[in-house]
Amino acid sequence: MPALLWIKNGHVIDPASKRDGPGDVFAIDGRFVAKLTGAQKKAARVINAKGLVVCPGLVDIHVHFREPGQTHKETMLTGAHAAAAGGFTTVVCMPNTSPVLDNAGTLHLVNAAAAKASVRIYPTGCITVGMKGEQLAPHGTLKAAGAVALTDDGLCVQSNELMRRAVEYARMFDLTVLDHCQDESLTVGAAMNEGVVSTRLGLKGWPHAAEDVIVARDIILSHYSGAHIHLQHISSAMSVELVRRAKQDGIRITAEATPHHLALTEDSLATYDTHFKMNPPLRTEADRKAIIAGLKDGTLDCIGTDHAPHSPDEKDREFDFAPNGIIGLETSLAVCLDVLVRQNKFKLGKVIDLMTRRAANILRLPAGTLEVGANADVCVFDPKETWAYDATQGHSKSRNSPWHLQKLTGRVKTTIVGGRVVFASGTVR
Amino acid sequence: MPWKRKHFLTIEELSRDEIQQVLAAAGAFRRILDRRVKKVPALRGKTIVNLFLEPSTRTRISFEMAAKLLSAEVVSFDADKSSTTKGETLKDTALNIQALHADMIVLRHSASGSPRYLSERLGIPVVNAGDGAHEHPTQAMLDVFTMCEKLGSVKGRKIVILGDILSSRVARSNIHALTKLGADVTIVGPSTLVPRWFEAMDVTVSHDLRSALSDADVVMLLRIQHERQAVGLFPSLGEYTSMFGLNQTRASWLKPDALIMHPGPINRGVEIDSALADSSRSVILQQVTNGIAVRMAVLYLCAGGQPEHVAPVE
Repeated sequence: MPALLWIKNGHVIDPASKRDGPGDVFAIDGRFVAKLTGAQKKAARVINAKGLVVCPGLVDIHVHFREPGQTHKETMLTGAHAAAAGGFTTVVCMPNTSPVLDNAGTLHLVNAAAAKASVRIYPTGCITVGMKGEQLAPHGTLKAAGAVALTDDGLCVQSNELMRRAVEYARMFDLTVLDHCQDESLTVGAAMNEGVVSTRLGLKGWPHAAEDVIVARDIILSHYSGAHIHLQHISSAMSVELVRRAKQDGIRITAEATPHHLALTEDSLATYDTHFKMNPPLRTEADRKAIIAGLKDGTLDCIGTDHAPHSPDEKDREFDFAPNGIIGLETSLAVCLDVLVRQNKFKLGKVIDLMTRRAANILRLPAGTLEVGANADVCVFDPKETWAYDATQGHSKSRNSPWHLQKLTGRVKTTIVGGRVVFASGTVR
Repeated sequence: MPWKRKHFLTIEELSRDEIQQVLAAAGAFRRILDRRVKKVPALRGKTIVNLFLEPSTRTRISFEMAAKLLSAEVVSFDADKSSTTKGETLKDTALNIQALHADMIVLRHSASGSPRYLSERLGIPVVNAGDGAHEHPTQAMLDVFTMCEKLGSVKGRKIVILGDILSSRVARSNIHALTKLGADVTIVGPSTLVPRWFEAMDVTVSHDLRSALSDADVVMLLRIQHERQAVGLFPSLGEYTSMFGLNQTRASWLKPDALIMHPGPINRGVEIDSALADSSRSVILQQVTNGIAVRMAVLYLCAGGQPEHVAPVE
């Protein structure tokens, strides 16, 4: 007896197949089909999406699920629950676990844990051994063990020579290098954006120049080698402009933006609330606007949350001593709808594109579309429902969110992975 | 207007009236300091814990003396002896001190914002004795107190702060206090130590010492914190002294009655010529004395005292 799914009467939006209007979505045995027969419809599991948007399951190519080694913050299971609750069906995990993912053995552990999770989890591997920036990790072996991209995550490779060799070597395996752009010599001891607010608060500044320098370096190395480099969480107006010019020159650069850099600025730090501490830091209103403009004109390619769980004790420290990072999977869609659709007049389909097809395309993942034959991964959401997000009641193991107890508009109702409901009515399955 | 604050965390959050109230209370305590018997019973039965998690001599001693002159019990707690070296967090350390029935914590800490952090987690008053590069509010109050003592008022006066403004909590607190009281503040020093961001705090940023000093009523020198220079923000102490050190020639650019101030500890021959530090224009040691009166006022007010009740009882 095949598994039959019929999502009916929704507003179907799928930029990949150019659908945007009322309609139904069908799946058999975990893959989309064009239609069901009358008999199949009678036997199908029916999801009534009247008044709701039906789109491909969301894709996030930048999350931290902390397994192995830091499972007090998150596990593959709880991370997947948070993803499902946020409408995400495909996520890409960063390799800064403990131990780090610079070898096949640890990747096999991750794969085994990921296989039991309710959403599709793809691992990445390290660029260098131990993420130390000294010696290339075995990229070919990492790819064979399932890594879909390479990154040293928060520890940006500082040596230009090593980065050059990394992208040249990784290109042989068709592996994209993801870079967290930070010149560490410019950010020693830094806790927040350098500027008027850091000066007032007496916190050490992280100048946007430290990002811009590495963005420029990566553009130059991509141009020189022909390798694709993906720039993570762009936070500075100048970096947006550098990427814009690189794309005009046909250089193989892609870039992402986070919901928090779209929605918030350094002004949120006035009370030293560590739930606004992340790396790269929140910047100025001018930077925020430039990132939104970059998403609008296609300079920036996708939204990535940089979902970074930390336990309450870890975040409850003096500002300088608290770790960087916030969780974001359960709030990403609502925040993007608010900032991009309601405040900046993006078309809803454009935002969905940034959170589905375009994110998947960066790493050529089989996700982000409702096309016939594709994995039946679906997000059904109410774009108008206003709700209060309570991080303590969320599905992540951690609660370090700047949107805790905030009113958000746009709520995920049902998340489907491979035709199976993994989240519905506020509950993970 | 009654004093309502329980904590003393920053000058930035104080109103002009509140600053005046602290100055008035400090004035009353300052008169008491000149008496033969200096001790008053205001905080008898209270225990104040000095939690100094960053090295300090003068501020700690000043707070200790202030507390003792108010008849409080004082316990001082230094970083190297404390359990913080065993991995206990600031929050847990402070909760333990509170559980020991301390009535107030005076905190010195390297992390900006930590007094505020503690104030949000404790039931007892927290007094900021310096947090990172953020604020050192009692220092600014004693500086302003000293200026008012000498100049009558700081309103319309030109105050020059010279030195490492970037890493100075003293400069930040003074900027807030002085601008609230209507003074005209100019900050001077090498461009790497006096970044343009400070202009948002209503001060003039200058790298031209001569023009800044020419019409100053007060020049406040800051210690060059060479031990904190992780990277080269300026070439060397010698270069600093030759470009920005206050020597006899540069002091001659000042008006004859201009005051020379310094929060200490001073580096003789670096930011200030030794003879100038000891000259009649220097009020450096008077600042230290006034510091006790200001800290008595702050401890008294945060313990629930009211400014008008600090009547000298002969």
